[in-house]
Amino acid sequence: MVTMSTATLTTDDVLAALAQVHDPELPMLSIVDMGIVTSVEIAPDSISVAITPTFVGCPALTMIERAVRETLQQFPVERVEVRVDYSTPWTTNRMTERGRQALAEHGLAPPPRFEGDFEPAILLNAQCPYCGSTNTHLRSPFGAALCRAVYYCNDCRQAFEQFKPVG
Amino acid sequence: MIEHRHALEDLLFRMADDALIYGHRNSEWTGLAPILEEDIAFSSIAQDKLGHALALYRMLADMGHAQPDTLAFTRNEREFRCCQLVELPTQDYAVALMRHALFDIAEQIRYEMLESSAFRPLAELARKVRGEIKYHVFHATSWLRMLGSNGTDESRARMQAALDMLFPYALGIFEPSRYDEELSTSGIFPGEAELQHRWLDEIVPVLENSGYRVPSLDAVEPVYGGRSGYHSEHLGPLLDEMTAVFRLDPDAEW
Repeated sequence: MVTMSTATLTTDDVLAALAQVHDPELPMLSIVDMGIVTSVEIAPDSISVAITPTFVGCPALTMIERAVRETLQQFPVERVEVRVDYSTPWTTNRMTERGRQALAEHGLAPPPRFEGDFEPAILLNAQCPYCGSTNTHLRSPFGAALCRAVYYCNDCRQAFEQFKPVG
Repeated sequence: MIEHRHALEDLLFRMADDALIYGHRNSEWTGLAPILEEDIAFSSIAQDKLGHALALYRMLADMGHAQPDTLAFTRNEREFRCCQLVELPTQDYAVALMRHALFDIAEQIRYEMLESSAFRPLAELARKVRGEIKYHVFHATSWLRMLGSNGTDESRARMQAALDMLFPYALGIFEPSRYDEELSTSGIFPGEAELQHRWLDEIVPVLENSGYRVPSLDAVEPVYGGRSGYHSEHLGPLLDEMTAVFRLDPDAEW
């Protein structure tokens, strides 16, 4: 049992605990590195966490919500609240550098960063996560999960996926 | 916002029912599309649309209506407020692709207009959904070009036939609502006439630049009725199929 009162509990403590929660569709990535935790509020008797979905129809969201709730039970508070809201919309730019590296290490090209409004045309250029070549070809902007696009690398002749930019 | 409750509910039902029925039609390509990438594309778009429908039904549930599953699976045909465009069967791939372009460009503009809605949950959802719909429009317009200006005589002819058949139904998306003025003056939504105006400004050049002839507005009678519960003969069978599993055990926990 963690001996702690909320008086000494910090946002970083909560985020460290949430870093143990992973997206079931992307187990190499914590929800903190994914950037879907949009707020943590600590009150004397409660912790309130807001998460925002990557895609509105993301089927993993209910599981993530439940995992967050269970994780927060480790803290000595009366109430934990997990809110799903859209007030801070998720974009792939919210993903941390550590998260992007974790994707690349697992053969999933990280999403290209973009400024302002993104245009789907930036999808056309992707770097192969296996050989680093940019001589690649977009096969489909839709893949095995809502967040992925499918490519073919003309140099190492491998199919690969990219986490597609959204914003 | 509760003072505009009926107007807001009418808008939410129209949008949610469009997304649900269109999503269901797209899901019919799962396993059957001409190539694997298209199979995945239509299935992904279907999943996005069902997500949008769920978010909109949830807003209605928060306003005191039944839970989303109950709204989606237990209402009868006359209670649905979708336009007839989304009900049409999907046997022909040209029809599916042309409807995809006509409908999703309208969706894109509708959500853009809603980003500044006075009803905050809708404005927040609109800002979230825009990124997803960009991919839907990107997919639709790529195929318009591939089978139009970059296509063959046969592909162009089949897509043109689909456009001629669908255009009156597409105009039915913008069937006037008796709540249009109230929605507009309350700052919730600028109204269907404004949406149609902006849609024409966008869709006509997209179609023409992709090698198609756009039917003349004067020669076309819009297909109305869906927004007040009058549907084509295709919605009933669709609902029977869509709700079959739910009806086996309506109280099941999923």
